[in-house]
Amino acid sequence: MSVDLHVDLLGKRLAGPVIAASGTFGFGSEYSEIMDLTTLGGISSKGLTLNGKFGNEGERLYETPSGLINSIGLQNPGIRHFIDNELPAMKTLGTAVIANLGGGCIEDYVTSAAMLDEAGVDYIELNISCPNVKQGGIAYGICPASAKEVVSQVRAACKVPLIVKLSPQAEDIARMSAACVEAGADALSLVNTFQACAIDLKKRRPVFNNIFAGLSGPAVKPIALRMVWQAVGAVDVPVIGLGGITTGEDALEFIMAGAAAVQVGTASFMDPRSCQRVTEEMARWMEANGVKSLDEIRGCARP
Amino acid sequence: MPAISCDVKVLNQQVAAENIRLLTVTWPVHEKTPRAGQFFMLRCWPVDAAPLLSRPISVHRFNPVTATLDFLYEVKGKGTEHLAALKAGDRLTLTGPSGNGFPVAELEGRVAVVGGGIGTAPLYQLVCELDDKGVKPDLYLGFRDEVYGVERFEARCGRVSIATESGRVGTKGFVTAILDPAQYDWVLCCGPEPMMKAVAALCKEKDTPCLVSMEKKMACGVGACLGCTCHTHTGAKCVCKDGPVFKAEEVFEL
Repeated sequence: MSVDLHVDLLGKRLAGPVIAASGTFGFGSEYSEIMDLTTLGGISSKGLTLNGKFGNEGERLYETPSGLINSIGLQNPGIRHFIDNELPAMKTLGTAVIANLGGGCIEDYVTSAAMLDEAGVDYIELNISCPNVKQGGIAYGICPASAKEVVSQVRAACKVPLIVKLSPQAEDIARMSAACVEAGADALSLVNTFQACAIDLKKRRPVFNNIFAGLSGPAVKPIALRMVWQAVGAVDVPVIGLGGITTGEDALEFIMAGAAAVQVGTASFMDPRSCQRVTEEMARWMEANGVKSLDEIRGCARP
Repeated sequence: MPAISCDVKVLNQQVAAENIRLLTVTWPVHEKTPRAGQFFMLRCWPVDAAPLLSRPISVHRFNPVTATLDFLYEVKGKGTEHLAALKAGDRLTLTGPSGNGFPVAELEGRVAVVGGGIGTAPLYQLVCELDDKGVKPDLYLGFRDEVYGVERFEARCGRVSIATESGRVGTKGFVTAILDPAQYDWVLCCGPEPMMKAVAALCKEKDTPCLVSMEKKMACGVGACLGCTCHTHTGAKCVCKDGPVFKAEEVFEL
């Protein structure tokens, strides 16, 4: 590739602008023979909680036009198991390791962040936006004051660069973005899934045991892009854009809106090579349009 | 072994029965040998076309000599309708082989292979692998009404017994009516969950070990999304990566 796709993110040089989104890429090894993982900007781990979780009972997946509703519910083996059994292999994949940290109470977030800091990850992505768990998660992601509290305490507990992942359910995405940065977030990523619902006509009941679950996929991209635009306008830290990105063109829209980098999630289920393909499609577009580096076009769509 | 993803060529597609198709494709990846009980995610429609997810289909037969893969599947939604439209020369994307497969190396003695409906699909590869190592299994198949694919099994099996709910072929009723697990050292089963549970209960009564191949909705098919998690007596397991083959008592309350 004759174009420069690297991204400097909080003191680290990422090989590419595409990060595999949390919850869609396991701990990375599942995709090690499907694509060249070293072309990625990083891998965000499955959402971790201090103690392991089974996740939600009942249906977990439901397809909609251009979308996928999921109700996984932060199934994960717990922070200690991750550090001892998954992290060592993840560190050998040749790409940045982002530990996505979900939570219950603030104390759990703080303890977990300190453990991850000590274990050595490249970034922590603080998930205050999971719509599929009753306690914690999105509860902190709606009102800026609650977000500020959890972000500032986690910030104090770790030195590793801290990315805060926002929910589209936030009352006001610009105010939420500013509040998280004031509380010490080094970067933001957005958006997590949109709270959604589906009804099973045959059973005359909601498809999901929790009634509501999280919608992702191409259907949400234009709304995600609008929110990333707003976040970029509200803060001076890097904003990582995600939400329905499926092609290189999609990713470039987020870059032109001002995103530092992007994440690709649901698209990995449509094409398991999506993360690498999106990177290649971005490069092709840039080459065809005489753009040598992402810095040339980042935020160029903004007035 | 992690899955790979590649484009392959359709060699043939046949109608095996009403709504049942037999799709034959090339499998040029010599270093990955698909085994009985494993599956692939199949996709022959564009990334941005519906349905969003690829479809998991089990290996009906992998022929190492011709380097071809057969998939026997039921047409029951948008994804399988796309697959059913494939013709010789078309291309499709396979991701896999995924899953643990049946532990054929460990299976010795008298073996019964039990299938229900389209759950018979992965069992042909299974009986071939068993036969190849000198264990000719007995076959018990249950269908609702129309019976398909049985001729193929016959050369590879000992006794072949059939039950149909309608009584159209073989014994009228469920496959559990014609199976006596006491005669076997292993019972290997794939079919609708209630049927597998009934077979597993029968096996427990007779103290015969039973393996079942589970089916769940999947998004990634490689163990990444945790959409197909099931409870087992040893904790949460991915049907796609830790399974689909489990000891019956691990996944069913018997």
